[in-house]
Amino acid sequence: MDSALDLLALRPPGWGGNLLMGLLRTIQIAAGAYALGLLIGLCGAMGKLHGGVVLRWGLEIYTTVIRAVPELVLILLLYYAGTDLLNVVREALGLERADISGLWAGIYVIGLVQGAYSTEVFRGAFQAVPPGQVEAARAMGLGPLKLLRRITLPIMLPYALPGLSNLWLITTKDTALLAVVGFGELALETKQAAGATREYFMFYMAAGALYLALTLVSSLGFGLLERRLRRGQPAQT
Amino acid sequence: MEWYWIPEYAPKFLEGLWITLQLLGLSIFFGMALAIPIGLVQVTGPWPLAWAARAFCTVIRGTPLLIQLWLIYYGLGSLFPFIPGIRETLIWPLLREAFPYAVVAFSLSVAGYEGEIMRGAFRGVPRGELEAARAMGMSPFTVLRRIWLPRALQNVFPTLAGEFILTLKSTPLAATITVFEVYGVGGIVRQETYRIYEPLLFVALIYLCLTFVLVVAFRLMERRLPRRTA
Repeated sequence: MDSALDLLALRPPGWGGNLLMGLLRTIQIAAGAYALGLLIGLCGAMGKLHGGVVLRWGLEIYTTVIRAVPELVLILLLYYAGTDLLNVVREALGLERADISGLWAGIYVIGLVQGAYSTEVFRGAFQAVPPGQVEAARAMGLGPLKLLRRITLPIMLPYALPGLSNLWLITTKDTALLAVVGFGELALETKQAAGATREYFMFYMAAGALYLALTLVSSLGFGLLERRLRRGQPAQT
Repeated sequence: MEWYWIPEYAPKFLEGLWITLQLLGLSIFFGMALAIPIGLVQVTGPWPLAWAARAFCTVIRGTPLLIQLWLIYYGLGSLFPFIPGIRETLIWPLLREAFPYAVVAFSLSVAGYEGEIMRGAFRGVPRGELEAARAMGMSPFTVLRRIWLPRALQNVFPTLAGEFILTLKSTPLAATITVFEVYGVGGIVRQETYRIYEPLLFVALIYLCLTFVLVVAFRLMERRLPRRTA
């Protein structure tokens, strides 16, 4: 039996390189999905707070259903629905059918799921902005976009940040689910390495350590960010 | 959309539903049984225990459940047969099944997440109440059983209810280690009927209903909790 160090060596026949590539893919998918989720969340929260009846109901159904159905089921559903929809559009445009690449599919699927959660986080944070601040800004003649950029976002972000940092950690862990559908990220690379060498215990421990490192580094980063964003707020007891 | 397969597979889905509920119930039971001491030692325990509990929570919360599940099933499961004489023991039939591994993995996960919540809950109980209980002559264990634990649980019940819903939503992962709960049955249907969307949508609908039932049940339980009204 090879030693753990040989198995984790960066060059083949070691599998360390594969695991690190997997980790990189995981970070790419997570970052992309998180960004997409934040975008959906911001728009969704605005829609929920200021939109018309139809938009509000639509968003309510979106957030409720996404949050009530297991991620694994959603990932499969969204993946198939997304590729089918894309191909319908492509055929209508007279183009050939295509498969979306693993990276973009992963970003789109996880991002759509995270969007529902961040919608709720942003909605709560927007509601924490004192109405007086918004009225004062309007009285000063700020347009809607400037109002958002200069007043609402900076006041709301410290409230949203704990929820958002939680969401980032959930996103990184959710990417592991993509292994079940066969996207090549850390969990799948690990599964293949473990299957090929039959060293299941060692490789899953290694993958766990990599995920843990990612989580710990992220928590540290979010802690620093929160300190910075909170600098305008009164000290908490 | 074609749904002709539902009557044919309905018994299988019922079996799957039963397995899902068993998984959920057992993991919450064992998980909370672990989470309460894990939360408690972080508040009052000696530092090695507190430190160990803290590390456990960090590791569980910092790694994907899928990896934990695979580590326990494929990793530990592949090591067990090497233990001499284990095949003759009474637990060997259990160790060959996938279901116990899923229960262990989910229980540990529940213990990690809820241990963290229980830590905050135990800390959140006002000191005065504990001092009053001690002044009444209660032993430390009685204080825990009669005052500390009930007050802590009461305060975090809504949070725990939300966490248990998350546990329900992670049970489909068990299908990846051949436990055929609702999602796993859906997978069988997909393979046998070559339908892509319908089984998935049906599974999604089942989870939607389960979530709804759980949310309502938890809300009813919450209402039965005594609340102090000013």
